[in-house]
Amino acid sequence: MTAQPRPSKRYSVFALAKEALSWHMGWEKAWASPAPKKEYDVIIVGAGGHGLATAYYLGKNHGITNVAVIEKGWLGGGNTGRNTTIIRSNYLQDPSAAIYEKARSLYENLSQDLNYNVMFSPRGLLMLGQTHHEVRGYLRTVHANTLQGVETSWISPQKVKELVPIINIDGPRYPILGALYQKRGGTARHDAVAWGYARACSAMGMDIIQQCEVKGVTSAGGVVTGIETTKGYIGAKKVGFVVAGHSGQLAEMAGFRLPIEAVALQALVSEPIKPCMDVVVMANTVHGYMSQSDKGEMVIGGGTDGFNNYTQRGSFHHIEETLRALIETFPMISRLKMLRQWGGIVDMTGDRSPLISKTPLGNCFINCGWGTGGFKAIPGSGWAMADLMAKGEPGPLAAEFDMWRFKEGRFIDESVAAGVAH
Amino acid sequence: MLILECPCCGVMADETELSPGGEAHLKRFGPGSTDQEFEAYMFARKNPKGVHFERWRHAYGCGKWFLAARCTATLEVFGTYPAQVGAPPQDLQDKIKAKRPEWKGFQ
Repeated sequence: MTAQPRPSKRYSVFALAKEALSWHMGWEKAWASPAPKKEYDVIIVGAGGHGLATAYYLGKNHGITNVAVIEKGWLGGGNTGRNTTIIRSNYLQDPSAAIYEKARSLYENLSQDLNYNVMFSPRGLLMLGQTHHEVRGYLRTVHANTLQGVETSWISPQKVKELVPIINIDGPRYPILGALYQKRGGTARHDAVAWGYARACSAMGMDIIQQCEVKGVTSAGGVVTGIETTKGYIGAKKVGFVVAGHSGQLAEMAGFRLPIEAVALQALVSEPIKPCMDVVVMANTVHGYMSQSDKGEMVIGGGTDGFNNYTQRGSFHHIEETLRALIETFPMISRLKMLRQWGGIVDMTGDRSPLISKTPLGNCFINCGWGTGGFKAIPGSGWAMADLMAKGEPGPLAAEFDMWRFKEGRFIDESVAAGVAH
Repeated sequence: MLILECPCCGVMADETELSPGGEAHLKRFGPGSTDQEFEAYMFARKNPKGVHFERWRHAYGCGKWFLAARCTATLEVFGTYPAQVGAPPQDLQDKIKAKRPEWKGFQ
């Protein structure tokens, strides 16, 4: 194995000026791509946002740096690179609000923490109330958030119009009756989150091994001992699966089943236009959400397909449904051309809340089931998972998200709370 | 777009006409069962990347439930059959096995 140079330089305006003088020839690779060692203290399977964040906080919070992050494809190429980058924490149930708010608050300083610009933009987020039922639900969420220490408020239709001039608040089918407003919600640059964590992990001496598919999980006496991969056997004292849509395959290799089904969720972007909307708007009754990227594209997401699917592409009629609904709410987008569409495989649990859990196999941990809302949770999820893997027992953030809650009936029921995939 | 033949009315229906109903051939557990059995019935799913047997309802057609065999990795449909059976018909299983020799069979 050849030792590869690891990132050591700090990004700053001075570094930029210095490199400019030398024609930008001195920049180093953001992370090393070493061959796997024979054994690690911890192996994380999955180099998406959640996996890399887990590795990062294992090093930063717990001093464990003999870590490998194994990735079948390329870094951040799964759902981390396929979402609509929305960050919010206005959840109804206490355990959800706690972990999503932890994540949102970590996003606030993530660029400084990682020394990598993740372009967190707390531009404000509105969830429109378009039926009386929905209004009652969101008022309840606002009260719950107040008790949870999450800053949200209920705003009038006039205030909605003020924040979103392009919105049509008068209907025809679903007039805007108000909105659940989270001022510090927003968006971030999704790839940069994965890249920033990867660079920080690599600088701590962790190995990020891409294009390395897990083929089997080995164990002895009910405790995990390592993984078989396309780059050979790698031993590990602890293994964490953080692979979203393909969690079921890994669980099968490790000999247990999950309460998870994989379905496709789609998103699309329009052609870039001049700035017209500087907040994130979610319309859950008609099921569409939209924000404007820094490039000017309208970033649009909708609902999942209803059937099991691993193809990373979804049904065409869902795009039509989403756009038909959004055109009612935002009449001016009716003549926009849509540029790109893509799909990701999301892992849906029975209560639409994630698993951050020990498993029936000793020293093997799982973090999955984020369904359609994983991106916003990345820092908090990594924080809680690192805590669980370092100590072997869940901390306060992860405690409620174990996989045995389905047997015991302790659901964290966000599907009913939101009435929509989220 | 998925196109399935409804075995009840014989129509080739595309997915806008159909409602998906999840994994087929689940064995029901109710009062008197253990917690493990009930949890497995309610929540644990095979969720295979490959051959999947699933329930569909011809919602905007004849309204009847039926079952389908489909590949979740390629969206290939192997066939559909009536819902009043405990396992996929043998001829359909043979057809799938011929197309996918690596398939472990219906379990």
